[in-house]
Amino acid sequence: MTRRESPIRHNIDWITVSIVVVLMFFGWINILSATSNIELLDWLDWSGKGGKQLMWITICFVLGFLIINIESEFFIRTSIIQYILTLLLLIAVLTIGKKIGGARSWFDLGGFSLQPSEFAKPTTALILAWYLSRDATKWRSIKVRLISLLLIGIPAGLILLQPDAGTVLVFAGFIFVLYREGLSGNVLIIGFTGLLLSIATILIGVTSFHYPYFGVGSGIGLFWILWLVVGTLVIYLLKELSMPRRRKKVAVWSIISLFAGLIMSVGLHTGMEKMLKPHQKERIHVLFGIDVNNPDADYNIRHAKAAIGSGGLTGKGWMHGPMTAYSFVPEQETDFIFCTVGEEWGFLGSAFVIFLFTFLILRILIIAERQRSKFTRIYAYGVASILFMHLLVNVGMVLGLAPVIGIPLPFFSYGGSSLIGFTFLITVLIRLDGERLSVLR
Amino acid sequence: MSNHHLKNRSLVFGGLIIVISTIFISRLAHIQLVSSYWSNYAGRLTEERETLDPMRGQFLDRNGKLLVANIASYDLLFTPRKSKNLDTFKLANLLELELTELVKRLDKAAAYSRYVPSVIEKQLSAIEFARISKQLMEYPEIKYKTQSIRSNLAGVAGHLIGEYREVDRDDIQNDKFYHLGDYKGKSGLEAKYEKPLRGEPGARYHIVDVRNNVRNTLYELDTMPNPGKDITLTIDVALQAYAEKLLNGKRGSVVAIEPETGEVLALVSSPFYDANSLTGKRRGLVYDSLKKHNWKPLYNRALRGTYRPGSIFKIVQGLVALDEGVISTNTIINCDRSIIGCHGPHSADDFTQAITHSCNPYFYEVMRRVVQRGRDENPLVDASMGLEAWNKRIKEFGFGTKLGGHIPGTRAGAIPNSPYYDNIYGKNHWGFRTIFSISIGEGELLTTPLQMANLAAIIANRGYFREPHPIRDIGGRGKPLGLDSMHEMSVDVKYFESVIDAMQNVIEDVHGTASRAKVDGITICGKTGTVQNGAFEDHSVFMAFAPRENPQIALSVYVEYAGAGGSWAAPIAGLLIEKYLTDSVKYTARENRIIEFQP
Repeated sequence: MTRRESPIRHNIDWITVSIVVVLMFFGWINILSATSNIELLDWLDWSGKGGKQLMWITICFVLGFLIINIESEFFIRTSIIQYILTLLLLIAVLTIGKKIGGARSWFDLGGFSLQPSEFAKPTTALILAWYLSRDATKWRSIKVRLISLLLIGIPAGLILLQPDAGTVLVFAGFIFVLYREGLSGNVLIIGFTGLLLSIATILIGVTSFHYPYFGVGSGIGLFWILWLVVGTLVIYLLKELSMPRRRKKVAVWSIISLFAGLIMSVGLHTGMEKMLKPHQKERIHVLFGIDVNNPDADYNIRHAKAAIGSGGLTGKGWMHGPMTAYSFVPEQETDFIFCTVGEEWGFLGSAFVIFLFTFLILRILIIAERQRSKFTRIYAYGVASILFMHLLVNVGMVLGLAPVIGIPLPFFSYGGSSLIGFTFLITVLIRLDGERLSVLR
Repeated sequence: MSNHHLKNRSLVFGGLIIVISTIFISRLAHIQLVSSYWSNYAGRLTEERETLDPMRGQFLDRNGKLLVANIASYDLLFTPRKSKNLDTFKLANLLELELTELVKRLDKAAAYSRYVPSVIEKQLSAIEFARISKQLMEYPEIKYKTQSIRSNLAGVAGHLIGEYREVDRDDIQNDKFYHLGDYKGKSGLEAKYEKPLRGEPGARYHIVDVRNNVRNTLYELDTMPNPGKDITLTIDVALQAYAEKLLNGKRGSVVAIEPETGEVLALVSSPFYDANSLTGKRRGLVYDSLKKHNWKPLYNRALRGTYRPGSIFKIVQGLVALDEGVISTNTIINCDRSIIGCHGPHSADDFTQAITHSCNPYFYEVMRRVVQRGRDENPLVDASMGLEAWNKRIKEFGFGTKLGGHIPGTRAGAIPNSPYYDNIYGKNHWGFRTIFSISIGEGELLTTPLQMANLAAIIANRGYFREPHPIRDIGGRGKPLGLDSMHEMSVDVKYFESVIDAMQNVIEDVHGTASRAKVDGITICGKTGTVQNGAFEDHSVFMAFAPRENPQIALSVYVEYAGAGGSWAAPIAGLLIEKYLTDSVKYTARENRIIEFQP
């Protein structure tokens, strides 16, 4: 039940809107620089990427205006339909999609391509908000937890089949939503421990060790043996040191952890050795500084870092970055757009972009926490998580802190699907937030 | 948990975001502000420095005639990345290379870089390049670059001028100026005057794209090349060429000097080679064959050949003895052939006659008187002291010294002194009878053709010489300082006239040994020498200057294994003097005889 007190424009969070608009236009300026050069600059050439992006931005303004004027009840009620529609698109794209760069992620619609996974992100955020905000939903129930995981897992699984690892990683970010809604903090701790264990597995996996009676093999075997031996000792000590009435529980859980860790490490190692393609393995190895004997393996990341590094404090100036202008950086208008910022706008420009994103995500968290509506809060967390994961993976990648995984920088990278997807994501939130004073539940 | 407790979890998430952003911004600060590694790396990727080669200084002869100029040659470069379906067999045919050799070079280029062009064939001449340039258009992976090489227009003086060719590893290490593929003077004057000749290269900076195509030029950083300085030599091209023509087919040398100035007019060592054959792509082949030839054509006999001076040395002995006062021009000495052998019909000569006849006993006695001065009661000690004094006076004439140090590659030869003989025989275990053979220019004496020509110049100048040198001018600024430093003899001027009288007789007297050098209308003064070679034919040597008054040219001529000095070296000297002074040669029969002569 809602009651209208004042026009929506009075309740719009203009801070969020301003940041998004700044990001869009700053992104567009950088796309122009990355895709044309100063001698052949054609501002409104619709066939060029700069012109197309401007068209997408215009479309997004119209879309945003429409969404803000649609009552939020619409999104809440249609969230199931949107979600199912998205799933259907994700299934369809696996069969009739166009394969670009080894992934079947796009529908070819004549003049442009449509990437359904970009819309799966907001619709999953919506369905999760809808499901978890129902009065009937109690987080304590196992069923609820499983259904939540399924709601995230089904689209993520379909996207993994394309395959598009970057977007799947973004879906992993929904764990923050669940955390806010009651997921045990232990899950995050276990996740972090698992991450450390994975890094150790990868690093030790490439070493070699001479086993007696066996010959030379990967050092990981020794690591697993030590894991069991040392782990058993630790469990024994823990058991002895803990209070008698808790001993049994401690023993059970630590034995489970011990074997879960071992299974994860074995699984990861065999998975990397048997399932990954050589170039994917190399990408992971490059990230960890392991010599891969292939000078081209870290080509992208070296050039990306060189472009950013050469920017200095104030950059080389718009349209004056040779690394950007002369194709040294791959995918520089999409996934590597941050390199253009680094080279042409320098530290000031790129730190400003990171600051804007940080501010935007923190602002969304503030918005989330001021809601009376549970739906809006959960949805806002979804939005924050998605943006955070994009920032983490994209900027981490170009700075050489994360593996090379193709994923756009929100509002910034070239591409209609991603721009529309993010516009939808953020404007729905703005509409929901705009009604916060009139929402009772 | 209540919503109130869960609300705090927003702080965990918010904190995580701030932590990640802080990590990102620190990382940005590191690669953009602190470390210059990535920015240098980007510079290496995007900036290409194009060297603008300066024009190398040219060599001119003393009359301003162009001697060594620059011409274009063509290097072929191969870019592996642009190569698709390259027909190596066809290309090998076109370049006249073995297929395996071509494939080896292409593989090497590919191993070096896929994007950067590598040289696969060097120094095609304009004619060779013109022949294949049309077919080369079919190969997009092959482009060419012009490289300036040297052309010796008259093809003469190869030994003196030296080689200009590609630098080796040592050159690159020793001098940052050079890079792989650059050229520099490697020997002779090309090497000695490398710095003024090479000039200063300019540079142009380009921005290249990822495929190494030039996209932009940073004109504001351009520097223009500064051309090298032209060098005017003292060499007279006509004389040099004529001397080479006369010596062709023989082993020997000619050194001609302008007496008054010490300027070297001609410097020939034979066998010589066409200086141009050592440029171009067949250089290696030519060089190897020159190196293996048993006449050693690469060896510069004029500067590095050390011969016993023979009879010519009697002039020096005589001058020293006259100045020491142990003889006068009227001193008559019996030709006592029981002490030392002699030749020709004479029995008791005075000084002038003794030189004309080249009387051995006369100069045996002359040197004995110079050395044995009664400085000590013991004749052995006396001889030792006498030889030391003698050695100093001989060295004044440039013998036993690195005369002409401004000409690269000179040698000192040897004038023995007392310690030298002490080493052989032991101190005070030798006397004049032991070393007498040096009195007539034999024994342990070693002199070079350059020193002999310089002796002629000393006599022509009546007692002084200027350091022989090959350079007249560098870049219009005149001679480098100290190039023609003055050396005055302590021998009194008046004694020279009697020597010159004798030297004139050598050519004009009926019994003179060098009548074949005579040129009508020019008073030539000279002295023959015959260097004994044991079982082999003697070396024919002649030293002369002309005209007697106001001398214009002083020279030495060596013809190895040719016989007496008068028969071959003297007529060659006569022809050269005639050519230089009259600019023509009337004695064509003499000329033909020399040209046809093959010892």
